[in-house]
Amino acid sequence: MRYLPLTPEDRVEMLGAIGVKSIDDLFVDVPVSARRDAPVDLPHHAGELDVEREMAGLARRNRAAGEGPFFCGAGAYRHHVPATVDHIIQRSEFLTSYTPYQPEIAQGTLQVLFEFQTQVAALTGMEVANASLYDGSTGAAEAVMMAQRVTRRNKAVMSGGVHPHYVGAIETLAHAAGVATQALPAAVDAEDAVIAAIDQDTACVVVQTPNVFGTVTDVSKIAEAAHAAGALLIVVTTEAVSFGLLKSPGEMGADIAVAEGQSIGNGLNFGGPYVGLFACKEKFVRQMPGRLCGETVDADGKRGFVLTLSTREQHIRRDKATSNICTNSGLCALAFSIHMSLLGETGLRQLAAVNHQKALALRDALKAVPGVEILTPRFFNEFAIRVPGKAAEVVEILAAHGVIAGVPFSRLDAKAGLDDVLLVAATETTLDIDIPVFAKALTKVFAQ
Amino acid sequence: MNNVGRPTRPEAANDAANGHETLTGARGLLQDEALIFELDGWNKTGVDLPPVTAAPSSDLNGLLRDAPIGLPGLSEPETVRHYVRLSQKNHAIDLALYPLGSCTMKHNPRLNEKMARLPGFSDIHPLQPQSTVQGALELMDRLAHWLKTLTGMPAVALTPKAGAHGELCGLLAIRAAHEAAGNGHRKTVLAPTSAHGTNPATAAFVGYTVVEIAQTEDGRVDLADLESKLGDHVAAIMVTNPNTCGLFERDVVEIARLTHAAGAYFYCDGANFNAIVGRVRPGDLGVDAMHINLHKTFSTPHGGGGPGAGPVVLSEALAPFAPTPWLTHGDNGFELAEHAGDDDAKTAFGRMSAFHGQMGMYVRAYAYMLSHGADGLRQVAEDAVLNANYIKAQLKDVMSPAFPEGPCMHEALFDDSWLEGTGVTTLDFAKAMIDEGFHPMTMYFPLVVHGAMLIEPTETESKHELDRFIAALRALAGAAKAGDTERFKGAPFHAPLRRLDETQAARKPRLRWKPVAAAPLAAE
Repeated sequence: MRYLPLTPEDRVEMLGAIGVKSIDDLFVDVPVSARRDAPVDLPHHAGELDVEREMAGLARRNRAAGEGPFFCGAGAYRHHVPATVDHIIQRSEFLTSYTPYQPEIAQGTLQVLFEFQTQVAALTGMEVANASLYDGSTGAAEAVMMAQRVTRRNKAVMSGGVHPHYVGAIETLAHAAGVATQALPAAVDAEDAVIAAIDQDTACVVVQTPNVFGTVTDVSKIAEAAHAAGALLIVVTTEAVSFGLLKSPGEMGADIAVAEGQSIGNGLNFGGPYVGLFACKEKFVRQMPGRLCGETVDADGKRGFVLTLSTREQHIRRDKATSNICTNSGLCALAFSIHMSLLGETGLRQLAAVNHQKALALRDALKAVPGVEILTPRFFNEFAIRVPGKAAEVVEILAAHGVIAGVPFSRLDAKAGLDDVLLVAATETTLDIDIPVFAKALTKVFAQ
Repeated sequence: MNNVGRPTRPEAANDAANGHETLTGARGLLQDEALIFELDGWNKTGVDLPPVTAAPSSDLNGLLRDAPIGLPGLSEPETVRHYVRLSQKNHAIDLALYPLGSCTMKHNPRLNEKMARLPGFSDIHPLQPQSTVQGALELMDRLAHWLKTLTGMPAVALTPKAGAHGELCGLLAIRAAHEAAGNGHRKTVLAPTSAHGTNPATAAFVGYTVVEIAQTEDGRVDLADLESKLGDHVAAIMVTNPNTCGLFERDVVEIARLTHAAGAYFYCDGANFNAIVGRVRPGDLGVDAMHINLHKTFSTPHGGGGPGAGPVVLSEALAPFAPTPWLTHGDNGFELAEHAGDDDAKTAFGRMSAFHGQMGMYVRAYAYMLSHGADGLRQVAEDAVLNANYIKAQLKDVMSPAFPEGPCMHEALFDDSWLEGTGVTTLDFAKAMIDEGFHPMTMYFPLVVHGAMLIEPTETESKHELDRFIAALRALAGAAKAGDTERFKGAPFHAPLRRLDETQAARKPRLRWKPVAAAPLAAE
């Protein structure tokens, strides 16, 4: 077998050195009732060529986004990832290393994390950022837990613009930890409605901008209201490219900014692995979840980097830890950081502007389709439309005609009564020609 | 897995072995690379984008980002060079043995990487119509079938994103099952002192109180102690098997029986499943829930800290409470049940993340499973155990195995009693290993063994590499006992950096680069 270096002769020699007769002698502690003499009922090993053929057969049965018109967003976005990114993340030293516990031989990973933290802090307009969490949704849930620790209060209020799957992830964790949640009804443009729900028990307010319907909101007023009541403001962003065009969470008074970083450096990958960006005000740093990388010096006084403040973490604090997180999204964070280094501020701003421009063109084309109503008043690269009939059915019909039309809101929340709402996104990867193709296909469906 | 205790700092600056300092800070192939923020890239970009022909919509007035963001950019050649230089300061499994116990640093096959990059897997959206991703859903279904068959368990929740996330998933399912049965008052979790830190952290996170179970002298769960602590208040036990001492829990069937008799569930930490895959099915041991780290047993890369994937196999009793989304077989092929509370997911405890888990890791793990097959995976476990026992046998006369009697499983555990009187600590010894070209083993874990050194070679090491490693450790052990303490106290001498001051990093956290140069850090 190509992944196993030991030869049969090696095995015999090694068993001899150990002083046992057979490999079974090393498994003597397994209860007799649980020993299996033969392999389980699954196929036997296969050569590289055979595996490739089988995997390619499965891959072919999926319609890749790049095959034609494609307008899905709703928390995952198709952007172009420069070839350099994928090349570097496959370097052995990054791909096949572990969490940098031995800093003397992990300065590569550690310096990347320090740069990543700095980039994330700058993007979100916050003071400090951690070295990544699993994804945006679990990051949002961790942010609520953190707000509970900071405020010692047990209630979280979520706006009607927060991605319903994020609400789900938050509720799962919050309910486990005894935090009450109040999710306001789904609403295209009503982030401010959370203000009325803030009271003296509120640990945090969770809002999203651009929200799940694409609506962009200045959340400064919400920040003021939250702070006046002693609560924290958590701002969620699912499209990280928007930081290149829109006011940052930090500029609007966020205490914790959480974002899905997939858009930068990472492919769609059917939902994972992604990379959670997590940033906050410096005064809360000791309540943060996840790994943190910090600057220090070595014995010769040279600058170096180490994992730090680990007294927050499970391997030191065990049941008193700020989170149970051990593994993070290191390699996805590296991809994010490389892409960000290629873009720079100049490239990011231009990329964001191109995205916005494509979405405006898409809006103009869809506005002209009889029966379509544009719902989102202000948007970055994604907006909601109302269609005649059920959006999920429209999407299925268009898919049969080669157009992936977007995400029906009912896919995210089937009980919101928004079955006629379709979320559509455009990015720099959207071809100009795809937009009229989409509009024409929609027109045809509605005319039938 | 952790391998370092509380923050440490170098005891002495000693450059005895350094020889000549260079004039630039570089050392031959090792470049002294600045931070990207120090490379003058404030007005550069390494991407060519289409021109922007229109101003942003006036709807966004007042919402635009006017202030500078503070992000440097680099051209493509500069970017490549920056990261290649940094990469050369990392140890990696592709470079040499990486014996971190409990972390399972095995070879990461490149075929897996190639498969994960097929556009049919990498360029599909989690929310595009299910009719257009039937191949992806089938892959998830097949992966589930392999995991269920290998563990002998009836169900699996695929979505958890890492081992700790899997533990959370398992405990939430257990909690939901207890609540559904009117047993919501059970709020205690029993776990051995030797448990991974994630176990108590996860239990506490879901509001459970953790009570420790004692260990016997031969490194296993103390059955009498377990029995005395079980009762109507106990929700679950969390036991790692093989355990963190690298030993198989001989009494695991009895542990399960006692646990079930007390009305509690048996959560098994499956971090060490690689030791028994293909030879033992946890379902045959009485396990109710167990996470499987795809990045350990099934070879997906660790990537400098992630991403991982932590599917959780579940017993019949817990399966109904698994989180959404899960796969169903409908009239039109595979479907996803995505909403807890709906008819197809009535008792699900909820959702753990936005989408369907770590698809990129599923593809890699499945390619690995197909490559090895049922026969190869059994050989994986056997070779992993053989390699660990070989190391233990070849080092037992110079170092002190924590549990000398009987075989170990996939990792060999030593204590520091053999270093007594040498003035060398476990940490010093580990740092000296760096100078000899090896990554240190897991240190000071498990907590039940003094100065623990936990060595996990994995099955992908050749006998030649094992012998090289053994020779290095024997030479180091000889040096320590011969009083050559200088070699250890100042180590490493030959790494890109000398020992780092972790204490100072924690005392004055500097977590990001700042444009205005702060006063240089000086060793205190």
